[in-house]
Amino acid sequence: MTFIALGYADLVIASLLLLLSGLLSIFLRLKIERQIGIAALRMVIQLMLIGLVLKFLFQMVSPLWTGVAAAIMIALAGREAAARQKRKFSGWWTYGLGTSSLMIACSIVTVLALTTQIRPEPWFDPRFAIPILGMILGNTMNGVSIGLDRLMSSAVEGRAIIEARLSLGHDRVRAFKPLVQESVRAGLIHIINAMSAAGLISLPGMMTGQILAGVDPTEAVKYQILIMFLIAGSTALGTLAAVVFAARRLTDGRHRLRLDRLA
Amino acid sequence: MLSIRNLTGTGIGPIALKLAGGEVAAITGPSGAGKSLLLRAIADLDPNDGEIMLDGEERLKMSAPSWRAQVAYVASETSWWAERVGDHFEDKRAATQLLEQVGLGESALDWSIPRVSTGEKQRLGLARSLMGKPRVLLLDEPTSALDAANRELVEQLLTGRLGEGTSIIIVTHDPEQAKRLKAKRYHLEAGLLEATP
Repeated sequence: MTFIALGYADLVIASLLLLLSGLLSIFLRLKIERQIGIAALRMVIQLMLIGLVLKFLFQMVSPLWTGVAAAIMIALAGREAAARQKRKFSGWWTYGLGTSSLMIACSIVTVLALTTQIRPEPWFDPRFAIPILGMILGNTMNGVSIGLDRLMSSAVEGRAIIEARLSLGHDRVRAFKPLVQESVRAGLIHIINAMSAAGLISLPGMMTGQILAGVDPTEAVKYQILIMFLIAGSTALGTLAAVVFAARRLTDGRHRLRLDRLA
Repeated sequence: MLSIRNLTGTGIGPIALKLAGGEVAAITGPSGAGKSLLLRAIADLDPNDGEIMLDGEERLKMSAPSWRAQVAYVASETSWWAERVGDHFEDKRAATQLLEQVGLGESALDWSIPRVSTGEKQRLGLARSLMGKPRVLLLDEPTSALDAANRELVEQLLTGRLGEGTSIIIVTHDPEQAKRLKAKRYHLEAGLLEATP
């Protein structure tokens, strides 16, 4: 089996389907034809640009450019994780917490995978490093943002309980333990579900992509299993880091609950 | 001896107060005057400044958890984190003794929290705070949800603790309660504390 390259004409044919949904919107007065058009245009431009960027990166094979690309990806993921929060710390704290947790977890796991399991030559080869980091980052970001969101809202809602425990002489670790546990659990549920459903309900994207590119399915499955393990590890690490950092920021050295630090 | 000097915090202060072992300070004042904030500041639950000493030892020299174990704040509305009453008490035998003193039996330890009434929670909350044998009690309207008979039980329990040298600062709207506890009386208004004759 070989890889079948697509021509631009093929894309034009496929875009007729988009036209169809636009026409449906007009006939049914859904009033989303403009949105469909803009979203499709954005998607095309963004993907073409990223295609060019990746092509440039892959040609360079430079640790500097790979590092720059990774840093930008992590910064954007941190921004997205912070933007999803209902309750935030004042200032840059939420962004800082989210981004540093993502950076710690995703770089450890990605570097580990590249140097000990996938072992491209050189290990930072962007053709491997960037897609692997991207998959790990996207999933870890979900865990971090769900975990943080859960911790912050349960601290606000559970204020009286936390302070009752502190009043009894419990330290902040003990007072926050159930909240931390519950928040980490919430952050990990989606990856547990993804692992349980993999292969039965959904064919994971990377595996599908490799199969389309002509890779033997059993080989593609091995890659997918590896990626799932990496994602699970990174999500657990990142979520735990973010939740623990946030729990510390919600309290102070005198073991007080500091909801005044929320915006 | 609890000694408070120059205590300031959100909405209160500067406040000075001295209380010997076995003494009671009863604080009255309009809603929003800062009565609860004062108790919370003494317990170090909110950011605050000032010098507080317990038997000659500076509060900041102690870790906050051990300070709060000795200077116990009991909120007017108690909060519970586990499913059963008993899960909130480590030493079940000591708990049973205390529960009997507030008119509840050993069986209360098996009660499920959502089924406990407000008045029962108030007595359970006081018993829970007394478990660690604190040297100072900061009580925020501890009998507000109680009938006369149960209020009397709680006051008896408090009087017993006073006899053992515990100091109490109590926020109460009931002048008779202050009299029964032989309290020194104070009035808090706009965050400032004044002794009343």
